Amino acid sequence: MSSTIAAIATPMSAGGIGIVRISGEEAQQIADKVFKGVKGIKLVDTQGYVAQYGKVYDGDTPIDEAIALVFKAPKSYTGENVVELSCHGGLYVMQRVLRAVFNAGATPAQAGEFTKRAFLNGKIDLAQAESVMGVISAQGQQGLQASLSLREGRLSKKIDEITNNLISSAAHMSAWVDYPEDDVPELDFSVLKEQFESARESLEQLLKTFDSTKAITQGVNTVIAGRPNVGKSTLMNLISGTKRSIVTDIAGTTRDVVEQTVRLGEVVMNLADTAGIRETDDPVESIGVDIAKKRIESAEFILAVFDASQTLDKEDKDLIELCRDRNVIAVINKTDLEKQLDTDYIESNFKNVVYISASSGDGYEKLSDCAAKILGTDKIDTTAAVITTERQRACCVKAVESINEALSAMDMGLTLDAINVCIDDAVSALLELTGKKAGEEIVNNVFHRFCVGK
Amino acid sequence: MEYFAKEYDVIVIGAGHAGIEAALASARLGCQTGLFTINLDWVGNMPCNPSIGGTSKGHLVREIDALGGEMGKAADANMLQSRMLNVGKGPAVHSLRAQIDRREYTKYMKHCIEKQENLELKQGEIMDLIKLENGLWQIRTRLDALYTAKCVVLATGTFLGGRVYVGDVSYESGPDGMFPANALSIALKKLNVPLRRFKTGTPSRVNRRSVDFSQLEIQNGDDEIVPFSFDNQRELENKLPCYITYTNEKTKEIILENLKYSPLYSGKIEGVGPRYCPSIEDKIVRFAEKERHQIFIEPCGAETEELYLQGLSSSLPEHVQLAFLKTIPGLENVEVMRTAYAIEYDCVDPLALKPSLEFLDLEGLFGAGQFNGSSGYEEAAAQGLVAGINAALKAKDKAPFILDRASSYIGTLIDDLVTKGCSDPYRMMTSRSEYRLILRQDNADIRLTAYGHDLGLISDERYNKFLEKMEMIKSERNRIKRVSVQPSKELDELLEKSGTAPLKTGVRFSELLKRPQLNYELLKPFDKDRPDLPKEIFEQVEIEIKYEGYIKRQQAQIDEMRRLEVKKIPENIVYKDVVGLRLEAQEKLEKVRPENVGQASRISGVSPADVSVLLIYLNKN
Repeated sequence: MSSTIAAIATPMSAGGIGIVRISGEEAQQIADKVFKGVKGIKLVDTQGYVAQYGKVYDGDTPIDEAIALVFKAPKSYTGENVVELSCHGGLYVMQRVLRAVFNAGATPAQAGEFTKRAFLNGKIDLAQAESVMGVISAQGQQGLQASLSLREGRLSKKIDEITNNLISSAAHMSAWVDYPEDDVPELDFSVLKEQFESARESLEQLLKTFDSTKAITQGVNTVIAGRPNVGKSTLMNLISGTKRSIVTDIAGTTRDVVEQTVRLGEVVMNLADTAGIRETDDPVESIGVDIAKKRIESAEFILAVFDASQTLDKEDKDLIELCRDRNVIAVINKTDLEKQLDTDYIESNFKNVVYISASSGDGYEKLSDCAAKILGTDKIDTTAAVITTERQRACCVKAVESINEALSAMDMGLTLDAINVCIDDAVSALLELTGKKAGEEIVNNVFHRFCVGK
Repeated sequence: MEYFAKEYDVIVIGAGHAGIEAALASARLGCQTGLFTINLDWVGNMPCNPSIGGTSKGHLVREIDALGGEMGKAADANMLQSRMLNVGKGPAVHSLRAQIDRREYTKYMKHCIEKQENLELKQGEIMDLIKLENGLWQIRTRLDALYTAKCVVLATGTFLGGRVYVGDVSYESGPDGMFPANALSIALKKLNVPLRRFKTGTPSRVNRRSVDFSQLEIQNGDDEIVPFSFDNQRELENKLPCYITYTNEKTKEIILENLKYSPLYSGKIEGVGPRYCPSIEDKIVRFAEKERHQIFIEPCGAETEELYLQGLSSSLPEHVQLAFLKTIPGLENVEVMRTAYAIEYDCVDPLALKPSLEFLDLEGLFGAGQFNGSSGYEEAAAQGLVAGINAALKAKDKAPFILDRASSYIGTLIDDLVTKGCSDPYRMMTSRSEYRLILRQDNADIRLTAYGHDLGLISDERYNKFLEKMEMIKSERNRIKRVSVQPSKELDELLEKSGTAPLKTGVRFSELLKRPQLNYELLKPFDKDRPDLPKEIFEQVEIEIKYEGYIKRQQAQIDEMRRLEVKKIPENIVYKDVVGLRLEAQEKLEKVRPENVGQASRISGVSPADVSVLLIYLNKN
């Protein structure tokens, strides 16, 4: 039986309708775990070729409304069972839907895998073969380049480190087993267990950071902070008001905070205007500060706005303290008015200072350049980063699962061979990202580290 | 003066462990076979350790046996001591190893070959190998006899261009003082066979009377001996023990002082040595922090006083060897009979071979054993068997016999060699098999007997016995999934004592057996209707039940792998015409010329995208 694969089948562009395609023997079963039709009919029980309207869930949380379309093998694009979920939530929501499908048991499709399966099942006009091969090859190249650039990143260094630790454990087990009479240090199961647990913890930690990396493509949680009347709303309007920059609007659950997903130059932001502060400000000033504080603390990126036409007051200074060591741009607004602000003081407290006039739009370019610089536009190559990250995530999840199996084999008191095979699988899953082969790496490590052999 | 002597179907050059299996298999498959050796008295010689088996090598021997090879039977017939290694580390890595009476082993093998129908054993160095215009291969012996055959198997071991090194002394030689095969090397170069230099080494042999055993740790064989052969009818017993001693600081000191005299460190030897078989000087330099290294003292035979010093292979000068040996407890007054040496030899880059072990570019020519870049008697025998079978099949115009990675360690070994190549002599290891929970030594017969029978190497009689065994396994497995065990005071006591939870309700016997803490033996009192079956039946059922989940998981991986394995690649494919294939992948594929897409996917430098491109190209054409 071949695995059931899934991917976003439509171009990775922001907005519009997109399709998550699931293909493989288990396609309906997997789709049923995430999709609930309004009529309550399970997709496995349908005839197929009829659209069903419903909602997509990740666990109990509804993510999006969707249309599900079932194709039964062999009458489908790939010749396998296929479910297509048409969603309309844009890039971010599509990613969440895909993630839910993976969590339900699908594995990420390799570049061109749908087409590959279609060919293997004789579904595609053979005359098209060469052009399709070119496309797949190009995707493969792109994937390779993406993984190369990621290799240099912090994330993949961390993965390498975890992989090497696991290889080292696996090599020790192998040496112990392949050279039972040589002087290989005795395996201590409690030490092994610790090593596995620590690898699992690091991977889980990484999986969390993947989530924040994804926030970059899905939008960086950004707060516009500043005391009343410094021009926060004008700035918000400036950024969101330019039609081209709007991605989607998400109405906040509370009326007082408006969140918008906007694009500032290359950077996608989930922008929150702390408009509420002003209203609660008067009666109990401390509450207002608390709310601002919380917002600023939870934000991934801060636009701290100051009024160039006013002198610094206590609130400004509080804000400066709150922003210390954070991803922040000091935005000095109202540069069109006469300067009263001690800008030297601001400059000495912020690494990045941008002067703008939110009402006229002067300085907008500088602001967007600066944001891109801080958040690293190189990381925000949407297509590459999304695919690779999703793959990386899937590999890490697989590795965690294999480590869990090894640990449960240990707890059950099973013999080393079973534990060893699970760890090999974990190593294989992680090495899939670099294209190295687990067997080779482990064998090399054995001879490198242990004095074995007659 | 040259004269035409005879036409065979298959000629095998070299009567070591690879050559023997190749020749026997070919003859048993009905081909007129000629087996040529430089020295008739040392057929199946063990120029290094006097033992067969060991981790993963024991697996190979049992697989060879299941396919109808000879090595397992010969080892059983001539063993001095037997041990099952890795007991307690799990059934997948249990490995059988036996100390062998070296001279008796060669006698057994020589006689076995002499009695074999269709097989002629001849002493004679092969001077030339050419392809005739009629498509036959022709060899010329040193005495100018010409023999022809449809297929030739090269199993030249360390004889091919052999050169021995001891300190600053070096001379052309085969192993154990035999002649090297130099002329054949030149002939192969003329055929454009890509030869390279590898090296290996062996420790000294010493006289038993000069060893002080009172200082040594003794190592006895197992009380209950498991034979290599599934067809064994003999009573097996341990005859001689092994001993253990250790090197020390003084040994290290002497070796480090004299390192400059080592041909390895002075750069005289250019051949690549095996990483897993380092000389003592290598170990001391590379693992400087280790205070001592373990040495096994193994008997070479029941009727000889010669002992083998495992762990002390060296190419230092003779007087240095003597000096460091004398620092070792038990060896203070040692009398050396053979000095340790390193040997350098010619072998082929195995990427030039197909999975059938036939050369990609030289039809009818096959390679096996150390000639293919491997190391070890068992690795050699495994390849010899496959090369011999395929030479015979080729001579009969039949399709080759190929074992895939999921079928056996033999398949894994050959796939590794011909797909990934090797940069130093290749040794089998359990960690090289991704499917090792399934490829166990205990089930080699279950995995391979049917192949052996289909080929014609396993008799109907043996096959029927095998089928009976399969039936017993099946019915016992069904029985324990059917019968249930009720909770009782006695059972709870046992469960508690074994560290596992007591029963609340009755369960199937198989459920109890699944618990790692329990086994058939312990549960006997609670399994009243247990049939009287051979021990290996219970063993097989217990492993299948205990590791069921893991075995299923590996089986799923195997199924996935085999989907690509059945996609054949035509021999005449031109990779540069495959649109979309990256340059690196093109070059690698062109070099390895894989038989199928599965093999292609294992080549380093071939990406999943390349594999997709290839699949589509194949479907299109």
